[in-house]
Amino acid sequence: MSTDLSFALELLVSGLLVGVLYAMVALGFVLIYKASDVFNFAQGAMTFFAALALVSVLPRLGWPLALLFVVALMIALAVAVERLALRPLAGRPPLALAMSTLGVTFALGGLAQALWGTEPRRLSLGISAEPIQTAGILINRVDLVAAGAVAVIVAALIWFFQRTKLGLGLRAVADDHEAAMSVGIALRRVWVVAWTLSGLVAIAAGILWGNRIGVGFAVSLIAFKALPVLIIGGIDSIPGAIVGGLIVGATESLAEGFIGPLVGGGVQEIFPYLVALVFLMVRPYGLFGRPVIERV
Amino acid sequence: MLYRECGVYRTSYAQDAALFPLPADRLGTAALVLTAVLLPPVLGTYWLRGILIPFLVFSLAALGLNFLTGYAGLLSLGQSAFMAVGAYAGVILYGRYAVPLPLALLGAGLIAAATGAVAGTPSLRIKGFYLAVATLAAQFLITWTIQHVPWISGGVFATINTPTVRVGGLVLDTALRQYYLALTVVALLTVFGMNLTRSRIGRAWMAIRDRDIAAEIIGVRLLKYKVLAFVVAAFYAGVAGALVVFCWYGSANIEEFDLVNSVRILGMVIIGGMGSVAGSFLGAGFVTLLPILVSVGVHKAGALAAGGAANGLVSSLEDLIFGTMIVLFLVLEPLGLARLWKTIKDYLRLWPFPY
Amino acid sequence: MRKHLRSGSAVAGVAAILALLVASGPAPGASMGGVLTVPQPIYRTGAYAAGGSGFAGGREDYFALLNSRGGLDGLKVQWSECEDAYDTARGVECYERTKKDMVVVWPSSTGITYALVDRSIKDKIPMVTIGYGRSDATDGKTFPWIFPVLGNYWSQASSFIRYIAASVGGEQNLKGKRIALLHLDIPYGREPIPMFQDLSKQFGFEFRNFPLPAPGLEQSAAWVDMARRYRADYIIQWNFGQSCTVPFTAMHQVAFPIEKFMGVWWCGSEEDVRPAADLAKGYVTSNFTGVGRNFPVIQQILATVYKSGKGNIDEARVGTVYYNRGVIEAAVFSEAVHNGIKQFGLPVTGEKVRWGLEHLNFTAARLAELGLTGMIPPVTLTPDDHGGVSSAYFQRWDGQKWVRIPGLWQPYADLVRAQIAKSAAEYRNQKH
Repeated sequence: MSTDLSFALELLVSGLLVGVLYAMVALGFVLIYKASDVFNFAQGAMTFFAALALVSVLPRLGWPLALLFVVALMIALAVAVERLALRPLAGRPPLALAMSTLGVTFALGGLAQALWGTEPRRLSLGISAEPIQTAGILINRVDLVAAGAVAVIVAALIWFFQRTKLGLGLRAVADDHEAAMSVGIALRRVWVVAWTLSGLVAIAAGILWGNRIGVGFAVSLIAFKALPVLIIGGIDSIPGAIVGGLIVGATESLAEGFIGPLVGGGVQEIFPYLVALVFLMVRPYGLFGRPVIERV
Repeated sequence: MLYRECGVYRTSYAQDAALFPLPADRLGTAALVLTAVLLPPVLGTYWLRGILIPFLVFSLAALGLNFLTGYAGLLSLGQSAFMAVGAYAGVILYGRYAVPLPLALLGAGLIAAATGAVAGTPSLRIKGFYLAVATLAAQFLITWTIQHVPWISGGVFATINTPTVRVGGLVLDTALRQYYLALTVVALLTVFGMNLTRSRIGRAWMAIRDRDIAAEIIGVRLLKYKVLAFVVAAFYAGVAGALVVFCWYGSANIEEFDLVNSVRILGMVIIGGMGSVAGSFLGAGFVTLLPILVSVGVHKAGALAAGGAANGLVSSLEDLIFGTMIVLFLVLEPLGLARLWKTIKDYLRLWPFPY
Repeated sequence: MRKHLRSGSAVAGVAAILALLVASGPAPGASMGGVLTVPQPIYRTGAYAAGGSGFAGGREDYFALLNSRGGLDGLKVQWSECEDAYDTARGVECYERTKKDMVVVWPSSTGITYALVDRSIKDKIPMVTIGYGRSDATDGKTFPWIFPVLGNYWSQASSFIRYIAASVGGEQNLKGKRIALLHLDIPYGREPIPMFQDLSKQFGFEFRNFPLPAPGLEQSAAWVDMARRYRADYIIQWNFGQSCTVPFTAMHQVAFPIEKFMGVWWCGSEEDVRPAADLAKGYVTSNFTGVGRNFPVIQQILATVYKSGKGNIDEARVGTVYYNRGVIEAAVFSEAVHNGIKQFGLPVTGEKVRWGLEHLNFTAARLAELGLTGMIPPVTLTPDDHGGVSSAYFQRWDGQKWVRIPGLWQPYADLVRAQIAKSAAEYRNQKH
């Protein structure tokens, strides 16, 4: 294999594996947007909150109990956010709700650091860091496990939305708030469920990212990387988040490897957005997003 | 009875088209202008440099974004990048090419506006959240370009320092003079902006905001007015960016114009009130002042309660309280502080009578 | 009625805020009457909290030690903090709010440093930026109010080459080696590039930089590029905060040996490597202060301040990298104030402290007297040379703690000074 080709393959593989992790963060946004049309600024802070809570109780409780604790915590958080920050704003412009989640972002970040301190922590999954070598390409074990975990989570989510009553209710609410309420779906409960699901996804994302970069405040900045994923895939589509994540991961990796050296590097942030622009010109609501039909 | 709308008779077209037709508004505005001009000399440099100048700069950036988001209904997360363009353009024009300051400010605005025109073209096809994220392409492309082109960034620090700032023969080296420069620019652009929103352009924007297809059908050219909204927003941001350099930091440093700054400006518009000129100022005041107030309050209380040892905890609580207050204000007034202002006016209209 | 209540409460809220605002105006200065006030803008939350809290803890403990011995030349040191959240606007506001009480400012962030360059001149408050800030501030003629004192980025970059040269068996063996710089794509990360380029010309090694868009949390493409295509012999990271921790997992993915990986001193704290634990074992960084508790001054702090339960930081962090840097900042400050008082008497002013900094003379004997032996190399400043072109320590993470590597690595001072002269001239040109 020529060096350039194997280099490209290696970039592609590592990019795709990172893309899976972006998709994980993007999923959290999608779940909330689907049920409430709210862009949740707090998704990054939730990921940080979940990861920090987990590593803080892990030494005392051990994995099973610690996970249980964090799940309970995220459910409580979902209830609190719905009660305090969303319900009073129901029916207001979506931007006001988005702004409210920005307030939640600050509050959550402050709360997490007040409770558990600001020192970055370690979160180890106990998987060997040594890469697997296949056909001259190095593959990270942790990334493979992460990809597997994401596949399971996505399958579970799809099952939930297609097959359960609650999931169907969520889809109904996403289609039309008022129509859903008129057939007896409790809007408030649906919102709590959506935030809970998004909280659970945040736990998974927090674990995977924490294992990769350590658990510190910067985990909450990962959410920015999910933005191009959302506009490529469509902000209300679960498969869109996955496909978008893979596209973004591969694009930024290949762009940095091949275009970067020509222009002085540091382009991995830009290219996903340029690709997104091209996609949006063709499909203005992302690849899998639901187009809004406009009538006068 | 304090704020009366009755008894005002407009007898000419000029009166009808006046910016402040009500005597109460005229009086209020005059009082505001007088305060802004006369109070600062008494306040001292802390108030000027720590609070008022940042407030004016952010008000201008927020006002620009309000035309785009509040009036034309187009979301943007790129306002910070246009500030960066203005900051570097201003300091390069003034420092490297010795362009007089007023022209350098204008040039900073115009160059930013030109980039805004390019960044705004996708808005014809992309809408809402998708557009907001698409503007991030401009944000990252612009900051990358500024850093990687040595001619712009001035070399390895990617930071350009301003020479002594002069307007005519006057050296702007005191906080008070810097404040008056910022105030003059902001006042001029505010009046311009208020008139703009009442013009054909402003009405076209509002038509687009309310339903762009309907606007198109009644003959509003979408491309022209949408791009124009981006141009105006970027112009205001560019001038604000130049003011950052000339009146506030004294240097153009690319790190100050990041995505977080864009989110902050969007927050000002939403909290202040979309589609309201006054709201931009109220929002800028809220977002720049509240963290400082919370910090001062919390640390004073913390020092009383726990001494110095709990500083880390106290600082974290600061974020917690700031976030909670944003939610609280939105719950109280989801349409922004400008609506609150209107509520106060309604109250004063009747006071002291119950109805 | 409900509407009135609601708007009423909102009005009351606004009024309360205004009242607070009026009440929170700057307090009158108080550096007289046997008290020396030391306000500090500092960050204790967010991505860089480990640094801010460490600095503050070290400074405050050193002042507490002085106070327990009767103060600094008889003045009781009274410190305070202003939270700036590592945000430049907040930092400038903090500075303006507390500058009346300041005789020295520690910006503790690149952004705030740049924003205060002009102001500190006008306010006559010297700015001490040990280990960060503008590398060209060594030139005291161009930057009379800025004092790097120890270690600037160019000096540090050249010490890295000195260190690598030693580990490959001499400068002649540098030829043909490939050295990669992995850096945040912000002014701080780009600052060392021209220095490395000059050095590569002089010694014939190859150099390439690999920028990471801030905050630099996703590095796998850069690592594949550095390790698999460029095939770097050495990689130096120039990051900050959590982007310092990411390489320890990323380098394993491309099977890059940790012995060939080094870090800037802002990637050299316990907080940077602990999240990677044993993956970081063997990692080397530079430093401008000694690490650990094995210094007289730290022992004295533990024996007096912590014995009486008056510590300003979690006791476990005493002797860590950021903490020791805070101690050194406070020690430099105290010595400058001491010099100023000795020369001009009370009251202490920014101008007197500037003179004190310009005549800072930390000889080995003076360092021993202050209990600082081994924490910093001896350093002497002059009005023209504000320090910064100084030798660096190197330290290795053993999985549990930092261990200093014996020796002091000199910078290639001629190259560094040439770069400083060039950059300072450019600055003067910008300022006309």
